[in-house]
Amino acid sequence: MMTQLFHLLDQLLDFSMPHLIAVPILVPMLTAALMLMLSEQRRRTKSALSVVSGLIGLLAALALLRWVNAADTGGGPGSIGVYLPGNWRAPFGIVLVADRLSTMMVALTGVVAFAASIYSTSRWDRAGVHFHPLLQLQVMGLNGAFLTGDLFNLFVFFEVMLAASYGLLLHGSGRLRVQAGLHYLVINLAASSLFLVGAALLYGVTGTLNMADLGVRIAQLAPADRGLVHAAAAILATAFFAKAGAWPLNFWLVPAYSAAVSPVGAVFALLTKLGIYTLLRLWTVLFAPDTGASAQFGQGVLVTLGLATLFVSALGILGTQRLSNLAGFSVLISAGTLLAAIGFGQPAMWAGALYYLLSSTLAASAFFLLIDMIERWRNAGMSIAPHEAAGGAPFLSEDLSRLDDVNLDDDAQALYGRAIPAGVVFLGLSFVGCTLLLTGLPPLSGFVGKFAMLSGMFDAERITPAAWTFLTLLLVSGFFTLLALARTGIRHFWTQVHATMPALPALEVLPVAALLAACFALTWEAGPVMQHAIATAEGLHSPTAYRNAVLGARQVPSLAAKPEAAK
Amino acid sequence: MEIVLAISIGVLTGSGVFLLLRPRTFQVIMGLTLISYAVNLFIFSMGRLKIDSEPVLIPDFTATLANTADPMPQALVLTAIVIGFAMTALFLVVLLASRGLTGTDHVDGEERREQQE
Repeated sequence: MMTQLFHLLDQLLDFSMPHLIAVPILVPMLTAALMLMLSEQRRRTKSALSVVSGLIGLLAALALLRWVNAADTGGGPGSIGVYLPGNWRAPFGIVLVADRLSTMMVALTGVVAFAASIYSTSRWDRAGVHFHPLLQLQVMGLNGAFLTGDLFNLFVFFEVMLAASYGLLLHGSGRLRVQAGLHYLVINLAASSLFLVGAALLYGVTGTLNMADLGVRIAQLAPADRGLVHAAAAILATAFFAKAGAWPLNFWLVPAYSAAVSPVGAVFALLTKLGIYTLLRLWTVLFAPDTGASAQFGQGVLVTLGLATLFVSALGILGTQRLSNLAGFSVLISAGTLLAAIGFGQPAMWAGALYYLLSSTLAASAFFLLIDMIERWRNAGMSIAPHEAAGGAPFLSEDLSRLDDVNLDDDAQALYGRAIPAGVVFLGLSFVGCTLLLTGLPPLSGFVGKFAMLSGMFDAERITPAAWTFLTLLLVSGFFTLLALARTGIRHFWTQVHATMPALPALEVLPVAALLAACFALTWEAGPVMQHAIATAEGLHSPTAYRNAVLGARQVPSLAAKPEAAK
Repeated sequence: MEIVLAISIGVLTGSGVFLLLRPRTFQVIMGLTLISYAVNLFIFSMGRLKIDSEPVLIPDFTATLANTADPMPQALVLTAIVIGFAMTALFLVVLLASRGLTGTDHVDGEERREQQE
């Protein structure tokens, strides 16, 4: 029965390809357009539309993932779906490409955005206008940027994604958000200018904007033009470094992410991953091993910046007290780890890095959502406890006298024998889960990801000093994260300040539980996920299949020509 | 002509970067505008500078780059102008909101100490 059902689904999938590739872009766009026509009073309809659109996007992404990995459907293993939206052949028209890496990122976006949209319906979508349309446009921009195979189209989707993210960051308004939004806007506008300069320069030298075609052209380049291409790539990379949160272009990130409302923070955890994705994609396609003198151009810079980001953000996470800043720094640590791991240029390490990317993004998103619930319970919605805002320790007054609302050991209140409320149990366990995932401790997927990266690194013939530095920094940053999170956890869960029951609506509990369950599933099904990651990494290492698929995609014959062909 | 274009792009970028690094939001937005002008000119120049050549779509005319101007950067620059314009408008709104909430036009939302005295 089940096999028949799957067979039927596969046939449906075959039938809908390659048009299914456009679905993750079109559905959010149309939903956003529809929502803008509804008045702000019809919030329930909007929330329902948002959730339904998220569900469709997620299902489409999962179907694409199945298609890409299926051996018996489509073009066999390693199949790459190519969609020509304007029905122009590849170097001339825009292409959407669904290969393993793109579909994985689209599926990740689907999961996180779905969870965030459900969470927001509980209360945050009421903090301002147009939350759901902006969220949908954000998802559209992200999916488009992951799927496109054209450099300028990538710029357009980046701008769609950024425009929506400006709106989302300002959602809820207030001085902090506007201030962080101002800085975020300026740095991204400047980065967009660099993006344009780099893309235009690449076009000027090679005469194409198609990523696959660029790789082919760069391999055939005259030595005199190579310098210009390298300069263009460096300018482009600067723009992506700013978006990925690489040191020293990441000072805007922590204030912006911690100022945003929590479902927005959860989605923003994806934005740095878009920067990482773009770097990985363009670096592997433009400077593949077969591109002669340009092969793996800029590898040292990637590794160095990655290590520097890891170092600085590890110090940062140790020096912060606020929960939301902790989440921001953990996003930076993950970005630094990924940059360095990508920069080493070994497919085995890339596979580990991709697995780590999935795990760390899901964990960071869950953490952003969880923080909101903890803060509302503990600090009455403030990001820092009232007594800490004054600069004091939680259990000390200045003259060292006892505070009334603090229960120290020598107080007589009996704590044993009382049942722990279910809400506190959920928050506590989720916090521990997030801590394990973000620090990379066993038994959850964070550990598997870090272990896979390091074991991939030690497969190399020669282990460089940079590799040893990476190993040290990875372990030290994990330890620092553990210290910071444990310290904050103790302050929030084990000090007895104003003990109240947390009010947790099901709409807020479910998304966090689902994101953590996804991490657990990653751990449980680590075998298949790693196989996917290894296949992805190998595909990235030798992009011939990618180039052939993109440049070999055929147009659909026009409707006028069809009857002729039938005769 | 090349040297004129190169100098104007350079001057626009230089002034833009200088203004971008100034502490007032209005100076920042002027800087961003100047930079976007420079970028648009730069994209335009990437189609090679050519005088007196035909647009692409003319019947009975071989549309190769030897005969026509490159239409691609023109399309790109159009997109870039539209997006840049929209982003500038958005930035203006945030600028005004920041001015209203903080009461100052400093990019950090507060004046430095010595300036207040």
